[in-house]
Order: sequence, then structure tokens, then C-alpha cells
Amino acid sequence: MTDTRWDVAPGDRPAIPASEQNASSGFLVYTIGLVLAVILTVTSFWVAHTSAIWPPGVPAGLAVLAIAQMGVHLVFFLHITTGPDSTHNVLALAFGVLIVFLVLAGSLVIMANLNENMMAHGEMMNLQMQR
Amino acid sequence: MNIAVEMDDVRQGELLNASAAGPAPKRVIAGYGFWIFLLSDIVMFSALFAAYAVLAKATAGGPTAAQLFDQRNAAMETAFLLLSSYSCGLMSLAINSRRTFGVFLGAAVTFLLGAAFLNLELREFQGMIAIGAAPQRSAFLSAFFTLVGCHGLHVAVGLVWLVLMMVQLSFRGFQEVVVRRLHCFSLFWHALDIIWVLIFTIVYLMGVLP
Repeated sequence: MTDTRWDVAPGDRPAIPASEQNASSGFLVYTIGLVLAVILTVTSFWVAHTSAIWPPGVPAGLAVLAIAQMGVHLVFFLHITTGPDSTHNVLALAFGVLIVFLVLAGSLVIMANLNENMMAHGEMMNLQMQR
Repeated sequence: MNIAVEMDDVRQGELLNASAAGPAPKRVIAGYGFWIFLLSDIVMFSALFAAYAVLAKATAGGPTAAQLFDQRNAAMETAFLLLSSYSCGLMSLAINSRRTFGVFLGAAVTFLLGAAFLNLELREFQGMIAIGAAPQRSAFLSAFFTLVGCHGLHVAVGLVWLVLMMVQLSFRGFQEVVVRRLHCFSLFWHALDIIWVLIFTIVYLMGVLP
């Protein structure tokens, strides 16, 4: 062990010794990622169009598939792992996800509340969010 | 139990080495900084997503999502972007092993697939504007054009960046700074694909559900 261990940059494939990190194993990682992503994408489009699923459950299914596919992209394409040497990357990602969640959930909850409590009468209804 | 403890010790020893070795190399720092930029970009997109989700039904009597969106088009755009993300990954493998031809081939495929994506998206926009579904028609359409257009703008910037990097690579070869920039480019391109996953799910698939 003459070489020093560094933290890994995002996108680097960590925890793999240089001797094993040849092109074919990297190729395998990207190909597995592509196959998984294609499967999830095709499933998403199928779920949106099939009548075999209880309709109110479709949005939840699509959300789960999208989150799964983002996970696949993060792990197989961006090589974000939970290994001890990519802690910084994962922490930054976790903070980003927290902010995204706050912005999305906050906006949706507040606007839904506003729509419910401040709905004007009669014709003004047409100018509000039509739900 | 003993073995586990020993493994832990070894692991910690390695980590101590890393922190005692002084500042990390520039490649790691640049990658981490770019990662933070990407996350801030994603936070910006989350605001656009929130605006779209709030305004999705505010069509003001104009055309609705179900009337406008063509699923076949969205599926093709998704395929193009996913494949270009894959070829970008193969390009970064070629960069790691310093194969010039492989890098140029990967870059060419990535560029063509990205350009095909952009072409489809611009045609879709053109078609929508031609039938009167322009951004000024309703709040829903304003939010749609802002969100999807912003992603398209990122893709266009990425294409220009890729061309510039290929010019740099052909003039300067695999210098450290060029490799670092190419690495940042591939991070950018993969992040764009992650955002597109959300766009096609929320805008094109959930938008047309009855």
C-alpha cells in the first residue's frame, strides 16, 4: 500500500483497487445501469397506460418508479455510494434532497391551503386554480 | 467478533492516512465543488417543479395536458437522453484509460443523441405554439415551457460544452485540467438525465392521467 487514499470525487468509482478498475468492469457497471433504467422507464410508461392497475394507485406507482430510477442513475452513472470514503458526497446529496423536499412539499401544501381557504365566489372561480 | 474489530481498525487506519496526507488533490476538490453546483441546480429545478405542480390544472380554458402531450414523442426523447447518458459514461471510461479514439467516438454519439433530443423537444414546442398553446396562453403553459424549456436550455449548454471540450482535447491532449473538465461534463450530463426522469414522470405521464 504505497499510494495514499483520498476521498473520492463524485463520479469516481470508489473502493476498487486500481488493478481491478479496468475498462471491462466499468463497462459492466454502466451497462447494468442502462438495463435497469430501461426496465424502469418502460414500466413507467406501461403503468401510465395500463388499465390493469387501480387508477388512484397509478400516481403513487409512477412516483416510486421515478425515485427508483433516480437511485439507479445515482449509483450506476454517478457512482454515489455509501462507502466510508464518499461521505462528503452523500452528505451534500442528503442536504440537497432535504431542500428539494422542503421546496416541493412546502409549495404544494401552502398553495393547496390557499386555494381551499381563499376561494372567491362565482365567476372569480374561473381565475383561480381550476381543480 | 475479533475479526470485525480488526477490520474496523484497518479501515480507520486507512482513513487516518487520508486525512493526515494534507489537502485532497485538485481533481477531488473540483469534482466535489461541481457536485455542489449540480445539487444547487437541482434545487432550482425543484422550484420550477413546484410551480408546475401548483399550476398544472390552471389552464384558463385553454388546451390541457392530456390534449397537448404526445406520449410517443416523450418516450423517444427519454430513450435519446438515456442512451446519450450511457454513451457519456462509456466516454468517461475511455478517458480513464486514455483512448483518444474512444473518447471522440463517445463524444460524437453523446452529441448526436443529445441533439436528437433537443430537436424533438424544439419541434414539440413549435407544434404547440403553432396551435395556439404558447407560454402566454395560460399559467399551466407558462409553467410547462419554463420547466421543460429550462431543462432544454441545460441540454443545449451541455452540447456546446461538449464541443468545446473536444476542441480542447484535440489541441491539448489528456492534460490534467482537460480530464478534470471532461469529468465535470459527464457529471453534468448524468444530472440532466436525472432531472429528465422527473420531467417525463411528472409532466408527461402524471399530467395526462384522467
